[in-house]
Amino acid sequence: MSESKTDVTVHPDAEHPEKFSDPGLPSHRPRQADIDPKADKRAERQVVVLFLLSVIGTIVALWAYFAVRPDGTTGGVRTSTLTLGIAIFFALAGIGIGAIHWAKTLMNDHEMVEERHQARTTGETREIAVKKLQDGIKDSGIGRRGVLKGVVVSALALFPLTIAVPLISSVGGDWDVSKFRDTLWKKGTRLTYDPTGRPIKASDVTLGSAVHVIPEVTEEYRTTDEWITEKAKAVVLMVRLDPRDLNPPAKQAGWDYDGIVAFSKICTHVGCPVALYEQQTHHLLCPCHQSTFDVAHGAKVVFGPAKRPLPQLPITVDADGYLVARDGFDEPVGPSYWERLK
Amino acid sequence: MKALAARRHHRSAPVVLLLLALLVTGGVYAVLAPSQARADTASTQDIETGKKLFQANCATCHGLDAQGTETAPSLIGVGAASVDFQVSTGRMPAEINGPQAQVKPRQFDDDETAALAAYVASLGAGPAIPTDEQVDPAKGNPATGADIFRTNCAMCHNAVGAGGALSEGKYAPSLFKTSPRNIYQAMLTGPQSMPVFNDANITPDEKRDVIAYLVAQRDGSPGGATLGSLGAVSEGIWAWIVGIGLLVGAAVWIGAKSS
Repeated sequence: MSESKTDVTVHPDAEHPEKFSDPGLPSHRPRQADIDPKADKRAERQVVVLFLLSVIGTIVALWAYFAVRPDGTTGGVRTSTLTLGIAIFFALAGIGIGAIHWAKTLMNDHEMVEERHQARTTGETREIAVKKLQDGIKDSGIGRRGVLKGVVVSALALFPLTIAVPLISSVGGDWDVSKFRDTLWKKGTRLTYDPTGRPIKASDVTLGSAVHVIPEVTEEYRTTDEWITEKAKAVVLMVRLDPRDLNPPAKQAGWDYDGIVAFSKICTHVGCPVALYEQQTHHLLCPCHQSTFDVAHGAKVVFGPAKRPLPQLPITVDADGYLVARDGFDEPVGPSYWERLK
Repeated sequence: MKALAARRHHRSAPVVLLLLALLVTGGVYAVLAPSQARADTASTQDIETGKKLFQANCATCHGLDAQGTETAPSLIGVGAASVDFQVSTGRMPAEINGPQAQVKPRQFDDDETAALAAYVASLGAGPAIPTDEQVDPAKGNPATGADIFRTNCAMCHNAVGAGGALSEGKYAPSLFKTSPRNIYQAMLTGPQSMPVFNDANITPDEKRDVIAYLVAQRDGSPGGATLGSLGAVSEGIWAWIVGIGLLVGAAVWIGAKSS
């Protein structure tokens, strides 16, 4: 509107005229194409080339779609996708870059000010709107019909519950934290190879071996959804050291079987699978935050943010020579939580 | 010369110079880099030859009778597979002390390696070198191999075998160029930081499946560049620096006035 028009005149009686005066628009500077007909022709040719590039890109893309079919091999799929992708890139980029280059070099570039129309509607329009609203309220009779008013408000107020209740109740999923405490490991559970599920003979675990272990379960249980969650808690890494190298804390003395030790694979920091075992140093490394545990010393923390050693699974052998758990874990596996020591 | 001097202020001069410098460095390296050592002795492949080679090249660290010293382990009972793995990949004889022995051009040819392996195998029973059939990727099942690899190997060697870091400068090497025979031997013998995966843990058939899986990864990704298969870090750097950099550049170009 006219009253918001920029005032560029300097008032000599103002207090700080130069500091606050609006510099206005910079003076217009003609471009090469405006003053030199050769430059103008050149810019036009460039735009033509860019749009032609797009046409060629489209033709190549169509050709590639029919001629370069993926043949089922990895390399074939890659060639097909790559050819199509590059051709479509040129088809689109030619149009985009061409249009902008055209606008920048050839179209009029004189700066101009276009004022916005006022956002506020006129008084007359406002009066009509208010009148329509009042007529509607009067027509509905909501002031007279008290019961109607009540049910409308109730219905509108209650409806959001259909969205809110399922949303809130599914936050966090299962709140039963006692499930964290126990794993599938019990006294006598056989140790089996992950992922095949074959039981493990103690004599098969040679010195320097690292074995990824899961508890023995039935074939049917393996097909259930529960197995995935339970397996995630129960995974164990088992290694065999020279018994002379073993130096467990007093509480865990004798939890190994002839140098074979088994530890929970869930990091006590935030629960990543700790499985990077370095045979020569007996160190177990967590890939997420580099917590390092010393397997020879009861998996105590030697580096990184973890605060507690990995829980050890006490093991022994059964009558057939297969490794079995002597008991479950004596503490919850994985990271800390409030109710952990209750 | 004069034309060159006149153009030294050209705006693409630094780029041209950089390319030239890279080319020269690469060329000089290619000429001077140590080439594959080739010994031309006609070896008789017997234990006696192996013993002589051992005493000349390995005994300094491993002891005259391979009994081990303070600096290197005993080799009695490590088997032919272990020797073949270490020597044929150039890891042994070790050149320098370091966090772990590096892959380098091999120092012994096939015959000498076989002789060394025969000598060490004669010292005590150990894993033998696998046959060609045992390591043939065409005979393995890559799907089963993927299962085994995910559980036992991927935590160190990366999900497709691109390798990864361990602690204190040690690392799990990339498996993209490792020969099937060497992959089998590594599982069997557990070189350096790597634990042993004996035939009870991963059966010979399963080992071949793992090899089939790893060889199948060498075709790369159907999507295009794998960026080293290193996952979120390299992909993120690419997207943030190259991708967003290009977008910022395009926005600046669109907004800039034409000259």
